[in-house]
Amino acid sequence: MHVVHSRGDKVFRGIVTAGALTSLVILGLIGSFLFARGAQVFSQYGLKFITGTNWSSSMEEGIPSEFGMGPMLVGTIIVSAIALLFAVPMSIAGALYIEFYATGRVRKMLSGLLDLAAAIPSLIFGLWGIQIFTNFGQRWASFLGNRLGFVPIFNTISDNYGRSPFVAGCVLASMVVPITTSVAREVYSRTPRELIDTCYALGGSKWGAIKTVVLPFGKSGVVGGAMLGLGRALGETVAVYLVLNLNFRYTFRILESEGGNVASLIATRFGESSSEELTALVAAGFVLFLLTLSVNMVASAIVAKTTRS
Amino acid sequence: MSEVTIPQPTRPWQRKRADTTRSAVSIGLVGFISFVIVLFTGFAGVDGWAVTVFLVSVLLIIIRGRKLSAKERGNAKIQLFITAAALLAFAPWISIFGSVLVKGIVGLKLNFVTSDMRTTVPDDELNMGGALHAMLGSMMMVLMATAITLPLGILSGVYLTEIKGRFTFLVRFVIQSMSGVPSIVAGLFVFTTYVSATHGPTAFGGSLALGILMLPTVARTSEEVLKLVPDDLRSASLALGARQWRTTLMVVLPTVRSGLITAAILGVARVIGETAPLLLTAGSSTAFGFNPIKGPIASLPIYVFGMLQIGTEYAVNRAWTGALVLMLAVFALFFTARKLGGKDKR
Amino acid sequence: MSNSSAVLDTPEQAFAGLETRDAHAWFGKHHALSGVSLRFPAKSVTGLIGPSGCGKSTYLRLLNRMHEFIPNSAMAGEVLLHGDDIYGESVDPAAIRLKVGMVFQKPNPFPAMTIRENVISGLKLAHIKIDNEDDLVEKCLNRAGLWKEVKDRLDASGGSLSGGQQQRLCIARSLAVEPEVLLMDEPCSALDPGSTLRIEETIKELAEKITVVIVTHNMQQASRVSDYCAFFLSDGGPGVLVEADQTRKMFTNPTDTRTADYVQGKFG
Repeated sequence: MHVVHSRGDKVFRGIVTAGALTSLVILGLIGSFLFARGAQVFSQYGLKFITGTNWSSSMEEGIPSEFGMGPMLVGTIIVSAIALLFAVPMSIAGALYIEFYATGRVRKMLSGLLDLAAAIPSLIFGLWGIQIFTNFGQRWASFLGNRLGFVPIFNTISDNYGRSPFVAGCVLASMVVPITTSVAREVYSRTPRELIDTCYALGGSKWGAIKTVVLPFGKSGVVGGAMLGLGRALGETVAVYLVLNLNFRYTFRILESEGGNVASLIATRFGESSSEELTALVAAGFVLFLLTLSVNMVASAIVAKTTRS
Repeated sequence: MSEVTIPQPTRPWQRKRADTTRSAVSIGLVGFISFVIVLFTGFAGVDGWAVTVFLVSVLLIIIRGRKLSAKERGNAKIQLFITAAALLAFAPWISIFGSVLVKGIVGLKLNFVTSDMRTTVPDDELNMGGALHAMLGSMMMVLMATAITLPLGILSGVYLTEIKGRFTFLVRFVIQSMSGVPSIVAGLFVFTTYVSATHGPTAFGGSLALGILMLPTVARTSEEVLKLVPDDLRSASLALGARQWRTTLMVVLPTVRSGLITAAILGVARVIGETAPLLLTAGSSTAFGFNPIKGPIASLPIYVFGMLQIGTEYAVNRAWTGALVLMLAVFALFFTARKLGGKDKR
Repeated sequence: MSNSSAVLDTPEQAFAGLETRDAHAWFGKHHALSGVSLRFPAKSVTGLIGPSGCGKSTYLRLLNRMHEFIPNSAMAGEVLLHGDDIYGESVDPAAIRLKVGMVFQKPNPFPAMTIRENVISGLKLAHIKIDNEDDLVEKCLNRAGLWKEVKDRLDASGGSLSGGQQQRLCIARSLAVEPEVLLMDEPCSALDPGSTLRIEETIKELAEKITVVIVTHNMQQASRVSDYCAFFLSDGGPGVLVEADQTRKMFTNPTDTRTADYVQGKFG
């Protein structure tokens, strides 16, 4: 469309552009601010900030503070990985069920439920997690621990399972499932009808059609959806904070009632921190931001690519 | 050429009555066997039942499937697995809706929405105190956040669809990445730059944090809504000699008015339950304060969070009731958005 | 309502075993096809012709139970394969579709599969054991007229072929499960004239062994490729079968004036 611009148009374009650029500036501010603090901390502590195992703020002269976010970073990844491990298969099954097995009213009801579930605030997942789900999670965890205790990651020292990475991961999984299921459903529904028809015309069953055509077609979309969910799981605060028993040390026992999460670290420490520790927390936030940002970028690129056309 | 009689349409491929009774019998059988197993093994609980029913169904399919071909048996098994996994995926949400409703309704008395916690401690009986201050606080912060964000979001949408200037890619990219900012990081940003630099947590600080989280949703929804406006409409207006700014203001934006309201509502629904950023920026209080730049302010999520942290019986009850109100608010927003969203499309 | 049933006069020994008796089809409330009775001659090509919207594709999909995948569809009447109603109570539709195969309008090889995998995909779908895969692939591609062009790149993706080659790959894929009847729904409408001619040659060769039923709205194609023709027409109401006969007779001396008008291009 070719438009001749008047003065009014120029003003209008100026205002609109300024408005759009404001969002740019805001993110730029957040980014550069986090980056500046991050750079400061990294220059002070080096890579030890990522790998270090100790987070202690010293109030006394002479004793240096030490900030290493390693255990929390590892904890974040462990909890998110557990969440995805459960969420992805369930989402695939859920999407397939809604799209290909459910009919009529059931289908309508389930897709309504799916939309609503995606709107539940994470706080409510956390509330449900600690008040309701822990009872189940604990039972499953102790079941796993008793049977598979000889495998290091299922090993436990105490008999506390309730506030473990496993249980927190399950709660996060139920939070991630709506996102991944929606994306999976969206890509599955785009499978060309003729391809599915062809499977039937060749004497295939419904599952045959799904396996031959739908799953390969939706593969990258599901990967994208899973990564969107991963982005949400990595950055989640309250749901994890409420369920997990925060403990600042490396732990790989996923059934033991202790674990970590960067976001929860920030939520616990910000209030009573010295300016030195606050800078370290901002740097930790920066690392978390980079992590979720890169995951989200890849995810949305994949989703955009597969749902185009 | 005689008149031809038209037979009744039929659907021979649909389930026949015999099939239906047979599957009813199977379900009954599975239920009975599971009951017996649960009775004798004490494998109780919702999860125990679920696992039992699943295993019994698999067993039944294997036994009955001997008559069927390998293909049909495989299909039945796959269908059972997919259904079971789907149920497992949907079960938490049903459990959440149910438990929030059942446990929340206990404390949902009139005083919950009419009084605050000024003269009540969390352990007092549930007919005392309430969350009025928290609701007002949430409302105030969300409104302020909307007031800041909505114009920016709509301008971004207009920029992306009407002007398409040289920053288009950059703006879209930035909006996309903003939607991935963890809420705690947004809170931490406002905390370090504003809250700790001024007088501590305030409603304004809270709304800044919420605004950061809301902006991507509003901008993206606005863009999508504006994209639905047919180009013919723009061309028609331009052909009448209207300038672009008049076309946008008089033709394009009014066409999608309800869509833009939807964008705002979706933005509000996105942030109304946000807890972590408010923890850092708005704090909590026991009564509502009208000054947005002075003093901490309560909000519904923080109310729930705080009550849960206290952990005593009545406090937890209050938390559930707060969660119920929060969930109802989210659903109300969601349904309004959906109703309005359907309006602009034809 | 005009007389809606015409019977293709086929001597009993040349009968393919597939016939419909008073077949009707609906989409929701819309009555799309009314009272079609037709017996298909064996080892021949029968063309279903008529203007668009006359129900010929719907009729084709009734013949191998693909009709039921369209939401809210319904049917009435009988479709018999060797005397048994394929819509009977204990009939496995998948087994019917193995005997009555189908090739679709747009070439649609499975995108994630190689040429070889595409050919044998039907057997995998139907859980049929494959004895000698190489022989089978070669045989099917040969019958579809594609072997010489692709024998050196069987492991290339099916999508790497040209449109016409893709459609012949789809034919090969259908042949692998050894159907008695092959239904083709305007198989050349998405192809260029050169590819169309190649496919038509393939169809004629196929009819030496199996029965082919092809929907086409291209009169020249019908006259080139088919041995018998069935003319469908809708006058706003449901589609009906107007006339069915040997192609030569249909094009030179049809019984019904509407057929004559259509084959001479006066409408449609």
